[in-house]
Amino acid sequence: MKTIDEFVALFAEQLDDTDPSTVTAQTKFRDLEEWSSLLALSLISMVDEEFDVALKGDDVKNSETIEDVYNVIKSKI
Amino acid sequence: MSFLDIKDVRIAGIATALPKTVVRNADLLAAEGKKKEEIDGFIDQVGIIERRESQRLTATDLGCEAGEKLIADLGWEKSSIDAIIMVTISPDYTLPVNACILQDRLGLSRECYAQDLCMACSGWVYGLSVIASLVSSGNAHRALLFTGDARIHWGTGNDDLLFGHAISVTAVEFAEGADGFKFHFGTDGSGYDAVIMPKSGMRNISYEEDYERKFSDLRNQCSKEGIMKGMDVFAFSITQVPKSFKALENKFGLKREDFDYVVLHQANMAINQRVVRKLGIDPAKAPTSLAYYGNTEASSIPATITSQLKGKIEQGKKKLLCCGFGTGLSWGTVALTTDNIVISDTIEVEENRFDDIKWV
Repeated sequence: MKTIDEFVALFAEQLDDTDPSTVTAQTKFRDLEEWSSLLALSLISMVDEEFDVALKGDDVKNSETIEDVYNVIKSKI
Repeated sequence: MSFLDIKDVRIAGIATALPKTVVRNADLLAAEGKKKEEIDGFIDQVGIIERRESQRLTATDLGCEAGEKLIADLGWEKSSIDAIIMVTISPDYTLPVNACILQDRLGLSRECYAQDLCMACSGWVYGLSVIASLVSSGNAHRALLFTGDARIHWGTGNDDLLFGHAISVTAVEFAEGADGFKFHFGTDGSGYDAVIMPKSGMRNISYEEDYERKFSDLRNQCSKEGIMKGMDVFAFSITQVPKSFKALENKFGLKREDFDYVVLHQANMAINQRVVRKLGIDPAKAPTSLAYYGNTEASSIPATITSQLKGKIEQGKKKLLCCGFGTGLSWGTVALTTDNIVISDTIEVEENRFDDIKWV
């Protein structure tokens, strides 16, 4: 499985308006100005492609930080 | 894993009837006070510019028009039709079922097998498996599969902008020696609440002690209002559809690139584009009717065929791979070969077409 740092980098790739260098495992992604339902779909697609894991809407909604999402993926592998 | 291989059966033709009334999503969003960027963004994401919606025409009204047209185009004697099935979540009544009403409205024989299936987005593929099973033995020679919905309104925010009204009819007949249909099916009821009409059945009716109130409450409690967990549906669709394709291909030794067209249930553009990309097929081989029909539920596959493949598949043999997926959660994929299939012109039905009929 990919490391948390690799996941953070993949997460940052989904973002358009946020400087990737400011994105860390502790970033509260839903507080990002550009966060939207469309970005949530991009996240689900990326996780499907990179980890072969199907995230649910609640998995995204109940996660606060990027690390929380990573931990959900880990628990589903 | 659930596979079916049903031989000695073919699709003779398909027709679709739509309400004439067009509803434009941009107009609806503008009326809500949405800004142009928001409107363009929404339409870009879901890919639905306009839809057909009727306040009056029911599933049997549209089914009647589609059925008459297809029967005439095929030149079938009405007395030769042995079975009809309707797949819908918007029957005219819960009782009796639409297929019984259609038997009479179409003037079919009283020696006719008739039933409804209550399914939505995966419904055409499921319905095809049931009707093909009836026909493949040769006991029923000719049968009509009606699919789709009318008069449905989801009523919750933008979900209501996704669905369009349409009824299609697929004519299936016994054909000795024909390759028939190869199916893969799957179900995941743990996602039952991903697309749901919570008040549409008996689960959430509350009975009061008082007999009189019980009945007045019941009268107000049934509702076809639906809710959807968009992200769950998205994740389900982009993972399960490719898996179903792979399962079918492995089981029957098929290759998706050998098919002339891949016809997917029309969920929304975000889902469909993503699925097409994951399947690795040429988007030109995956026709879409989303822009002008929206998501027409159990009609989406046949309505995409009648609107997008007319003029392209009628001559000779064409190989189609079709997949329906959605509420249930439920999915089905079918591989079939058409052979001089009849595709009727799409019928647009006027709002007042059946106003003279008095119904209970």
